[in-house]
Amino acid sequence: MRILYFAWLRQRTGTGEETIEPPPEVRDVAGLIEWLKGRGPGHAEALRDISAIRVAINQEFAGMDSAVAPGDEVALFPPMTGG
Amino acid sequence: MAVRVQREDFDVGAALAELTDGRRDIGGVASFVGLVRDVSGDAQVRSMTLEHYPGMTESMLARIEAEAKARWPLDGTLIIHRYGRLEPGERIVLVATASAHRRHALEACEFLIDWLKTKAPFWKLEDTGDGERWVAAKASDDDAAARWQAGASDDRAAE
Repeated sequence: MRILYFAWLRQRTGTGEETIEPPPEVRDVAGLIEWLKGRGPGHAEALRDISAIRVAINQEFAGMDSAVAPGDEVALFPPMTGG
Repeated sequence: MAVRVQREDFDVGAALAELTDGRRDIGGVASFVGLVRDVSGDAQVRSMTLEHYPGMTESMLARIEAEAKARWPLDGTLIIHRYGRLEPGERIVLVATASAHRRHALEACEFLIDWLKTKAPFWKLEDTGDGERWVAAKASDDDAAARWQAGASDDRAAE
């Protein structure tokens, strides 16, 4: 599974992209984020407040209860501020 | 119909001309150009850096453009959005719409920029005198986008 981080999530985790293999009990975005927090203090800090995080799975907006599967591209980012 | 995501600046006149060159059926072109301001809240902005999600950005902009085309009778649309480091006064974004009638062009232009702000994956990092900070999303931008949810344009037309 490919995880992408943007904006302050990228800065706090210290990475823009990582490839991971979460255990099979990780089935949705909320579970994935909980698991990712264990990857280090930067991840724990970046992912602390789930209400500040938006998600896309395979480049489509998704929710915290959306299912994730091996091979997915999951992007985590703050609310968008373009324009 | 075109979407461009680029680091370089763009020429507004040339971009608008692209929409109408060789056409005799277009009655009007509406455009919006977003610029970097030098003040954000109480801080001076030295520069702004735009980050985006390559791939998803282009597909979301194309989808927003297709939605505008489905809602209004448009003869052309153009979205150009820059990324990278920009200084106050520089252009960030151009949205332009062409239609036989001005009202359709003006409404569709406003729709495009409202939706783009909340649905296209861009993030702004400001460099102020006190360091860098990520721009927070505004509730007023969500409200502006929500006005255009299904049925909203019909309500406006009925007014």
